[in-house]
Amino acid sequence: MAGFVLQRLMQAVVVMLVMSALVFVGVYAIGNPIDVLISPDATQDIRAATIARYGLDLPLWEQYFAFLGRVLSGDFGTSFVYGIPVTQLILTRLPATLELTLTAIFGATLVGVPLGMYAGYRPDRIFSRVVMGLSILGFSVPTFWIGLVLIFVFAVDLGWLPAGGRGETVSLFGVEWSFLTLDGLRHMLLPALNLSLFKFAMMVRLARSGTRETMSSDVVKFARAAGLSEWTVLSRHVLRLIAIPIVTVFGLELASTLAFAVVTETIFSWPGLGKLVIESITALDRPVMVAYLVIVSFVFIAINLSVDLAYAALDPRLSKGRS
Amino acid sequence: MTGPILRVRDLTTRFRSRAGTVTVVDGVSFTLDRGEVLGLVGESGSGKSMTGFSLIGLVDEPGRVEPTASVELDGRELVGLAEPEMRALRGRRISMVFQDPMMTLNPVLSIGDQMGLVIAAHHRMSRADMATRAAEALTRVGIPEARARLDAYPHQFSGGMRQRVAIAIAILNHPAVIIADEPTTALDVSIQAQILVELQRLAREDGTAMIWISHDLATVSTVADRVAVMYAGRIVEHGPTTAVLSRPRHPYTRGLLDSLPSRGEPGHDLAQIPGAPPSLAALPPGCAFAPRCGHADAACGVAPPATEVGPRGWRCHHPLEEARR
Repeated sequence: MAGFVLQRLMQAVVVMLVMSALVFVGVYAIGNPIDVLISPDATQDIRAATIARYGLDLPLWEQYFAFLGRVLSGDFGTSFVYGIPVTQLILTRLPATLELTLTAIFGATLVGVPLGMYAGYRPDRIFSRVVMGLSILGFSVPTFWIGLVLIFVFAVDLGWLPAGGRGETVSLFGVEWSFLTLDGLRHMLLPALNLSLFKFAMMVRLARSGTRETMSSDVVKFARAAGLSEWTVLSRHVLRLIAIPIVTVFGLELASTLAFAVVTETIFSWPGLGKLVIESITALDRPVMVAYLVIVSFVFIAINLSVDLAYAALDPRLSKGRS
Repeated sequence: MTGPILRVRDLTTRFRSRAGTVTVVDGVSFTLDRGEVLGLVGESGSGKSMTGFSLIGLVDEPGRVEPTASVELDGRELVGLAEPEMRALRGRRISMVFQDPMMTLNPVLSIGDQMGLVIAAHHRMSRADMATRAAEALTRVGIPEARARLDAYPHQFSGGMRQRVAIAIAILNHPAVIIADEPTTALDVSIQAQILVELQRLAREDGTAMIWISHDLATVSTVADRVAVMYAGRIVEHGPTTAVLSRPRHPYTRGLLDSLPSRGEPGHDLAQIPGAPPSLAALPPGCAFAPRCGHADAACGVAPPATEVGPRGWRCHHPLEEARR
């Protein structure tokens, strides 16, 4: 097991290095940041001085190693637009995305998996059909449209919930969180719901198909023949058997939502990472884009690693085969 | 207590769908004494497994055991019993072992966990007591170092060992009846013999009665005290194993015996029963075996009556002669 973890950690380091190089070169190739940094009518002297100050006159590889060195010490440079260190900027935005994404995806899983299991267990019940209908809706209706409808209905017409913003926040570990205040939770409800619908639909379908397949298996027949109650069969046997695809999708969705909650964050003016990166791309704010991409790769790798470890815990055949 | 442990009368299971009604088990009756092994023999689709599932009340929708049937376990009527009461009996008084041990054990739960669930379904006891009981059951089916193996997972056992584990799960709560549905079919021949002996020994030691479902006459002849031959959902012949297998009265039993490779003369073509088992949805009227039977005539268009002679019985208009062999 330890060998497996070590091997995966080393792979992760290599992937991170390749990613950082790709990101750096990719971003270097687009646009000229000098145009953003100084006004078009600045003198040639000022222009040269600025270029020298940001090290933009050095060869690409030297710039890359300088960049790598700074990144390793946690320094992503200073935002061209905001004029504050990128690390600090991201730290103010990350918690917003984190709390929104985690709420959405945990909600989707904790509600979707039991409903999906029920729909797979009793496929002919009306309730199961309603659940499946909802999941088709969640799959096929675009996120931005649902977001707008949610705002129309709950914020504009009914006036029950705020249409955007984070609301009141509380400081914890030096960063601001919304989920600790009632007002913050009220602000989070609509965007989280919006974000969770697709994931909910996915979890329902996964759990349903897995349960349907497993219910007709010999494992279930044998468990029933031994007198286990239906609840025990479902909660102890079936849930464990269908867990692996669910954990896989959970990890993938968690990572991609953390990185790309852009649409929802924009519609609900949620000041998260997705919104920040879109703004940075339009403003050619290179340090922010680079830092964002590096952090996103890191998040993906970390989550994939945890998913792999979860597999080993869920299916003993995997851990024994690898150790 | 005296009398048979299991008395089955007119067990009939039907699947109703829009396409029509299919009778998969048709008027099956038999009794089973304590410690007795009954072999239930027939081709695939003859309704022998479905008979097993009907007995423990686990027929999948839209199948249903007809309420006119009667299954008495230890004097208690099981047909029409409410599900919670039936569940309390399953795995405690009557349990079942399946064909493929690769498929019946949950690959992601340890053996100890799976056994614990079965004990907890019927008894309240501490985890330590459960482990003791589980280890005892494993020891009884011949698994060495049982305590240590409780933490093992199914994939760490060989096929034969897995079937032993499945049997250990079936005997955990000391049932009065075990239904063994082709328990050796998926195993190597040498392992088959071991499992066979093991189950026989358990039946003898505990006085557990057993219904041994198989298409393999050779294994049935070694374990079963009595045998019942099924065709198209009906028992067409039954009686003491040696009598039925050495002097079959029903042409179908005869056909099955002749199909056994060991019975044929070396160098000769193996005898076959012509045709294929009929579709249960379109059974011929009268004797279901008639279209494949060399003795069939006009009389076979009417369902043959059950003939009972001493311990034996058959349903045939033209039973084979006792002496013919």
